[in-house]
Amino acid sequence: MAEKEVLIEVKDLKKYFNVGKKAVLKAVDGVNFKIYKGETLGLVGESGCGKTTCGKTVMGLYEATGGQVIFDGVDIHSLHKKEKKEFTKRAQIIFQDPYSSLNPRMTVEDIIGEGIDIHGLYKGEERRQRIHQLLEMVGLNKEHALRFPHEFSGGQRQRIGIARALAIEPEFIVCDEPISALDVSIQAQVVNLLIKLQKELGLTYLFIAHDLSMVKHISDRVGVMYLGSMVEFADSDELYSKPLHPYTKALMSAIPIPDPKAEKEKKRIPIEGEIPSPINPKPGCRFAARCKYATEACKQTTPELTEVLPGHFVACHRVKEVNALGL
Amino acid sequence: MSENQQKTMVQEVPLTDDMFERIGTEGLSGEDIGKQSLTYWADVWRRFRSNKMAILGLILLIAVICLLFIGPTLSGKDYQFIDASIKNTPPNSEYWFGTDDMGRDLFTRVCVGGRVSIYIGLCCTLVMFVIGSLLGALAGLKGGIVDDLIMRLCELIGNLPYLIIVVILSMVMGRSMFSLVFAMSLTAWVGTTRMVRGQILQIKEQDYVQAAKALGADTGRIIIKHLLPNTLGIIMVDVTMSVPGFIFSESFLSYIGLGIRPPETSWGALASAGQQQLMFYPYQLFFPCLLIVITILSFHLIGDGLSDALDPKLRQ
Amino acid sequence: MSEKILEVKDLNVSFHTYAGTSHAVRGIDFHLNQGETLAIVGESGCGKTVTSKAIMGLLPTPQTQIKKDGDSAILFHGENLLNYTEKQMTHIRGSKISMIFQDPMTSLNPTMKIGNQIMESILIHQKISKKEAEKQALEMLELVKIPNAAQRMKQYPFEFSGGMRQRAMIAVALACKPEILIADEPTTALDVTIQAQIMDLIGELQKELNMAVILVTHDLGVVASVADRIQVMYAGKIIERGTVDEIFYHPTHPYTRALLSSVPKIHTSNKETLYSLKGTPPDLINPPVGCSFAPRCEYGMKICRQKYPEITQFSDSQQCSCWLHHPKADVSGLPEEIFKRG
Repeated sequence: MAEKEVLIEVKDLKKYFNVGKKAVLKAVDGVNFKIYKGETLGLVGESGCGKTTCGKTVMGLYEATGGQVIFDGVDIHSLHKKEKKEFTKRAQIIFQDPYSSLNPRMTVEDIIGEGIDIHGLYKGEERRQRIHQLLEMVGLNKEHALRFPHEFSGGQRQRIGIARALAIEPEFIVCDEPISALDVSIQAQVVNLLIKLQKELGLTYLFIAHDLSMVKHISDRVGVMYLGSMVEFADSDELYSKPLHPYTKALMSAIPIPDPKAEKEKKRIPIEGEIPSPINPKPGCRFAARCKYATEACKQTTPELTEVLPGHFVACHRVKEVNALGL
Repeated sequence: MSENQQKTMVQEVPLTDDMFERIGTEGLSGEDIGKQSLTYWADVWRRFRSNKMAILGLILLIAVICLLFIGPTLSGKDYQFIDASIKNTPPNSEYWFGTDDMGRDLFTRVCVGGRVSIYIGLCCTLVMFVIGSLLGALAGLKGGIVDDLIMRLCELIGNLPYLIIVVILSMVMGRSMFSLVFAMSLTAWVGTTRMVRGQILQIKEQDYVQAAKALGADTGRIIIKHLLPNTLGIIMVDVTMSVPGFIFSESFLSYIGLGIRPPETSWGALASAGQQQLMFYPYQLFFPCLLIVITILSFHLIGDGLSDALDPKLRQ
Repeated sequence: MSEKILEVKDLNVSFHTYAGTSHAVRGIDFHLNQGETLAIVGESGCGKTVTSKAIMGLLPTPQTQIKKDGDSAILFHGENLLNYTEKQMTHIRGSKISMIFQDPMTSLNPTMKIGNQIMESILIHQKISKKEAEKQALEMLELVKIPNAAQRMKQYPFEFSGGMRQRAMIAVALACKPEILIADEPTTALDVTIQAQIMDLIGELQKELNMAVILVTHDLGVVASVADRIQVMYAGKIIERGTVDEIFYHPTHPYTRALLSSVPKIHTSNKETLYSLKGTPPDLINPPVGCSFAPRCEYGMKICRQKYPEITQFSDSQQCSCWLHHPKADVSGLPEEIFKRG
């Protein structure tokens, strides 16, 4: 395989929120990953695992508490105002909620044109042409340009959000749960559109979702997050066929399969309890409290994300014992 | 294919072969949305219009304001002209509202006094609106220490007894229109600040504001394009609902002798003067009060209509 | 075949809204057998939640209209619930038929202790002492596997996590051992691992209490593992029904098939184009003439836009409303599984 070009490198990224006296919510706590040009990196995890915070910090929407986000060789959190504006031209975000992500007082034309106006890309007739072109690109038509968001359905709104992100021709798009709020038949429309646009425009995606099968479908590589840290990271096929971390195993086995026979044969790995609070987390492996393989060591030291198999990273002290691998 | 297993039911109408021609989704783009609907403000106006009480309020208010401005010209009298020979004349064709105890034409005085009352009401509302939305927006947007300071200031001022401030201020600054407006708006902005801050806090978290930030928009653009248009509705309701409050306060202060100083007059001052004559010449109290009531009522009707029109969900 | 405990006949529900009358449910018939799990599947706005609320008599009264004349009926053990007064419904609700909702936070009273909420439900329907009710409430909490049940009884809903709240709500719903449990998107707001726990729990309790369950959901994955029978709703009508295997392996309606194939399979290769439907479901204020799915159906025929299709019966359990199964239909190039029988 040819050497792939790294577009974004996230190094030991931390994002803490102060939620009261001495209470620190460690939403993202030391996450590392690289995103190559033209690929889709999936980020999965259950609610509260920090995946959305991670995406927004990578976008620079949140100030990082620690660590670096290196985009094309430059740490975006060290940028000055003007450079930051340049960065926004290259990286964009699509939001989860198609209802709150469009300003109800603006026409579709102005919503999509906002980025064009901010960066002064086109004016007058050219601007209109560009907006019509974008609308067509996402499967809407130019008659929709002067309408207001409330006249559209959820799926259509989501596509308007995609058009807005595409308007300034970014290279990189963070897709923050873009399909979670949509109906099944509409989800497919949006995912197909995202894949089509990636092929046509050579986009790079960070795709965040809790729908594991959709993430698998769209991503080249997938990272699994649990309570602010990355527990496993691998090629998507590899991760789904051979999960190594106890949490990933449980997560994978919990995905309901729309196939009654497979569902009956499937053996689920039960997982007790619920995700603990990310406020003032205990030291050691975050999953230790719910892990049946946990030892004293797991509760003392935090495991590092290490390459167990080529391209397959796991953060678990007991990964060898758990999987009985001759590693 | 095993059609033998399909037990299709008996049909009443014969179905012809051409009815079974496949057309797929032909002629339908699947992306049709309803016919062009109204813009937000046009829609608000449509709902406002359909509210009879609100329209009544609007008509009443316009009528009152027209009366205040053309009234003195109509009557052709001077509001300060004293004529002892006609004092305490009851309403008649010459003096529509009668005259007061110094023989001044009451109708003209009510019109001129009304201008002062409404002027004070609008001034105070304007000051309240400007200070309130600026501080509220600042607190909501900046957060942290700025927010804390502004909120503490709100608490401090909100807890001061408003009457005492007015008394002290009118003693220090003298009784004038300016000191009255100053004293009343000094305490009034607290509510607006809190409301605007709450709104901004809520809207700030909306994804479309984050999207604008991600597109590289600066704070100014976010305020003008996103925060303001989305708070304007609620601020408008607050403003319409505040005007009558100020008119009422002014009347009250003038009534107890803390407001406008003679020979200038206002509805409150007129009512105060009329009250002394209540036993013998009740019309002198009745007319200023009537105007106060009509004005306040019309503002309230408009405010109610606006808040319904702005939030159709509340009505359903 | 087991006994029918609930039978819905020609149910029509419409809402008066700002923009006009919306026909949310347009003449549906179905039944529920004792002890079985019936899944009602469909996308948002298809009328599945309205159907379940109609059974519970929980629709808001002035805005909603339910057709009561003609054949229309909701028969529970042969009694027509549509003719019941509000007071009579109170006796049914919570004791004979219970419901759990999508969002446990809004359906539990935030100012009341969990234990009291379960006791309340017991005390309304049973003439027993408070002490006895407390004992039963504790048993319920243990039944839904809430750890430290005795302590948890004295806590308020906000002290519970999402999954625990859903368990508590199930405890409230099942406190009187109802015959029917209607679960409206019970796991949509939960994470996958918690979702699995809750679905397991519902399944176990169903066996233990011999309840019938109506599972209302849009998630085909959840349906595959727990349902016995499935009915698919679209735009206020039931367009297809059958057993789980029939629906999953031999869908006969193009919409059912589209729903099934728009979900990515874990074992299929990545980035393949998913099957996707064009457009969006119709507006129920002016529902289309003919088949409501026709405007989005790639196999649509002229007749589909003129006349609502009759029911075609494929087996005792499976039936479908689609013109493609008419002998005169043009079936060339149609996906095979629509016609292939098991």
